[in-house]
Amino acid sequence: MAVYKQQELRKPPISQVGIVRWLRVNLFSSKVNVGLTFAALYMLYILIPPLLNWMIFDANFNFGEFSIFGFEFGEVMATNTNCGRSAACWPFIYEKFDMFVYGFYPRDLIWRVDIVFAMAASLFVIVRLARNYQHKNKVLLAMIIAFPVVSFYLIAGGSFGLEEVKTHQWGGLMLTLVIASVGIIISFPIGVLLALGRQSNLRVISFFSTIYIEFIRAVPLITILFMASFVLPLFFTGGVDFDKLLRALVAITLFQAAYFAEVVRGGLQAIPTGQYEAADAIGLNYVQKNALIILPQALKISIPNLVGSSISLFKDTTLVLIIGLMDMLAMVNMTANDINWLGRETEGFVFVTITMWIFLYSMSRYSKKLEVRFSTDHKN
Amino acid sequence: MTTENNKSNIIEISDLNKWYGEFQALKNINLNIKEGEIIVVCGPSGSGKSTLIRCVNFLEKFQEGEIIVNGTQLTDDAAKIRSIRSEVSMVFQHFNLFPHLSIIDNLTLAPIWVHNETKSEAREKALKLLDRVGIKDQAEKYPNQLSGGQQQRVAIARSLCTSPKIMLFDEPTSALDPEMISEVLDVMVELAKEGITMICVTHEMGFARKVAQRIIFMDEGQIIEENDPETFFHHPESDRLKLFLDQILTH
Amino acid sequence: MKKDNSLLSFINNNETRAIAFQVITLLIIAFVFYSGISNLMFNIEAREIHTGFAFLSNRAGFDINESMIAYTPEHSNLRVFYVGLINTLVIAVVGIIFATIIGLIIGIARLSNNWLISKLATGYIELFRNIPILIQILIWYNMALLTLPSPKGSFNFFDSIFINKRGVYVPEPVIETGFVWVLIAVVLGIVLAFLLKRHFKQKHDKTGVYTRTVGYSIGLIFGLPLVVFFLLGSPLHFDYPTLTGFNFQGGRTFSPEFLALAVALSVYTATYIAEAIRSGIEAVDKGQKEAAAALGLTQTQSLKLVVLPQALRVAIPPTINQYLNLTKNSSLATAIGYPELMSAFGGTVLNQVGQAVEILGMTMAVYLVISLFISLLLNIVNKKMSIKGR
Repeated sequence: MAVYKQQELRKPPISQVGIVRWLRVNLFSSKVNVGLTFAALYMLYILIPPLLNWMIFDANFNFGEFSIFGFEFGEVMATNTNCGRSAACWPFIYEKFDMFVYGFYPRDLIWRVDIVFAMAASLFVIVRLARNYQHKNKVLLAMIIAFPVVSFYLIAGGSFGLEEVKTHQWGGLMLTLVIASVGIIISFPIGVLLALGRQSNLRVISFFSTIYIEFIRAVPLITILFMASFVLPLFFTGGVDFDKLLRALVAITLFQAAYFAEVVRGGLQAIPTGQYEAADAIGLNYVQKNALIILPQALKISIPNLVGSSISLFKDTTLVLIIGLMDMLAMVNMTANDINWLGRETEGFVFVTITMWIFLYSMSRYSKKLEVRFSTDHKN
Repeated sequence: MTTENNKSNIIEISDLNKWYGEFQALKNINLNIKEGEIIVVCGPSGSGKSTLIRCVNFLEKFQEGEIIVNGTQLTDDAAKIRSIRSEVSMVFQHFNLFPHLSIIDNLTLAPIWVHNETKSEAREKALKLLDRVGIKDQAEKYPNQLSGGQQQRVAIARSLCTSPKIMLFDEPTSALDPEMISEVLDVMVELAKEGITMICVTHEMGFARKVAQRIIFMDEGQIIEENDPETFFHHPESDRLKLFLDQILTH
Repeated sequence: MKKDNSLLSFINNNETRAIAFQVITLLIIAFVFYSGISNLMFNIEAREIHTGFAFLSNRAGFDINESMIAYTPEHSNLRVFYVGLINTLVIAVVGIIFATIIGLIIGIARLSNNWLISKLATGYIELFRNIPILIQILIWYNMALLTLPSPKGSFNFFDSIFINKRGVYVPEPVIETGFVWVLIAVVLGIVLAFLLKRHFKQKHDKTGVYTRTVGYSIGLIFGLPLVVFFLLGSPLHFDYPTLTGFNFQGGRTFSPEFLALAVALSVYTATYIAEAIRSGIEAVDKGQKEAAAALGLTQTQSLKLVVLPQALRVAIPPTINQYLNLTKNSSLATAIGYPELMSAFGGTVLNQVGQAVEILGMTMAVYLVISLFISLLLNIVNKKMSIKGR
């Protein structure tokens, strides 16, 4: 039975704070951890320095002479012979840069592709700025429809006074992005329809939807690409000379639609049945019910997984190399076959790997951000 | 350190100080608890009351001070800690039943694997305990099939399976729907009558009044006031306690 | 007076609509199929592409340098199918084993309280998950060809294992008569270990005395066959690879294609498995470990009885899914020429014979079967492990 007197705040014992504590707790907290820490440091020691040496410190960066305000810099650009083999020869990439990004696109028409790149970049900025804008959804929808259409005419040409560029000249990073965007944009509505079909009460529709989805998801993409490559032209009359790129796009779209369908189906199943019942109760028909009530909610829930699926698609676009399309990966061997630059595949691989990694890592960071935003959004 | 009173101290806490990094969670706690005593610890959230009782069974480590439980001092010795934990049981706010095991398996887990009892012995004891808390017929069900109040009663039965001398309750009814609180409190009142030492962190003042021999008020990591229930509620001395009682008793 | 709108109400009736909708769908699908197939038939005839499966008995006419079963260019195309199928299964099994091991290590490392280890594990995952698998396969393959020495200068381990540009050469075990008894001993060992475990479990139930059976199990499963092996006079010898001229003869070879594919698939799939394992362990509430500790269980007991059972329930389904993905990704062997199903049958044979529909159809059917099998496995696992009441 007592009242205690006020105790003063004290600082914790020295070994409890600061960098000493951090090291003790995080790196050396037990005998096992001490051993692991040293083992990890040793492993880093033998891996990282040689890699950095090859890529940066010993590498050749002689991109050629250039002058600013009349002052001359640099040396004559390195060639294959004086570039050295023990470290990276980045002038090779510098010279072949256009190949990696544009493929065989006519060099004097590259400005058209650059416009498309600029448009794409500005899309991100617009999305960011429009986040609080009232008519945000309309703006997004307009962009998603307008951008592909405009890009197509710019890149392919053949109308509006632009010179035509046939698809066999498309290549490099540009081709990769074209395939990925078309794949995502077109397969998404198909996937939504398939998901609705699978959930449908009409047995015929749900049967075919399910069969399609399960079949596509069971087989590797490469088999579908081959099917599209070899067999698709045969299904059409008149011996159509089916554009090679179009075959790949059909395959990838049909493939991705099944995966999007499963993601959307997950979103649909997360909607409480009360929503369906409420929509029915106010007298909405099937189309209205889905368009106004069910789908908006389902799609919103599915967005993180949709982004994840799109990331997978982006990775899968590299497979078109196998059916002869000249995407960025194919450029590695293509550029290294130049007589002037034989044997530079390593630099090519490193460049392509880093580029793809940057794209994919950024996409996955964005996806994680979305996940956080959506999970806090739904706190009831 | 035995006193001249008829019961000895079963828990002795001296100069206990605990920090989470730079933040001091417990400041110079000194507390002695006699065998068979029923103690209620209350206070605003963040006052350190949960941290305090979690130090008693070493779920939380402390940087300064001493805790002696039933004659054994709490140190980093794993074997000593385990032996103390057979005598000190804990009931958690969120029950922490093992969802992949049936109710009866939840109860027999520790007796079989820690105390090397035979399966039939353990089951018999478990069924008796389940009967005591009124859940005997749910023995083969799984935790997620029971209501919150039932789960907490099972948790109490589980902690009794090791025949503990001391029971720690960490806000046992805070996660329950109102209508289930009384069934759990009833079980705790029954337990109190049987002579187990109980330290209970709770907001249930009715329970405290009925059963506690001492009520301890904590705030900002230190003990502010402790008294028997009568004095505690009707003649609070410190201002902080008066404020606290004002806030909770007006509901 | 209300008009009798029985016709209108018939059309508006939901059931009628449903049936009509489905009939229309069926008709559309049938039409599409019909016109597609008839065009197909027409074009096939026009281009004089053969149909039917007769090509399967034709001579294959090309060499496959890696096969588990005997193969020569004189064998039939059907034989190529089998060779490819077996190679697919081999690479899948090898990939699955290593991906699981690496994934387990990385997943647990990710959760380590050692900051450096945990960050390195995260780095591994972020690095290899964001590089397309095809790029990884090509890089490993090209690296192997670029940096490994020629046969004359191979890396040499104990004069039995050699690593060079052409692959990894290891001694091949050659079974002699009597070895079958060793195999029988293994089976016997497993059965006995099982029975012993059951016996000790019953003893534990009855008397509360716990006996660790790990030692006995290892002794039975490994020790017993070993004893039999030596008793029978070691009916096994090794064929060592030896350098003759410019190449190695004898022993077993693992081609660079196989190694590159196996390493790439394992490293890549391990990132997903690591994440599955990490999410499994994190899914176990912190309170579970506290409750187990408060009851007096040791760390090992807590892991075995409380944490792992719950963690595995969460981690196993996505892991099995990843096994399926690995098997599908093995088809990318086409890019480097490892002769598995897609590459040998769907690639080389397809190029020679040209009957894409039949060949790709057969290939797809194989993947379908594998996929169905794994789905069934998943279903069984899910049923057995489901936590009741959730």
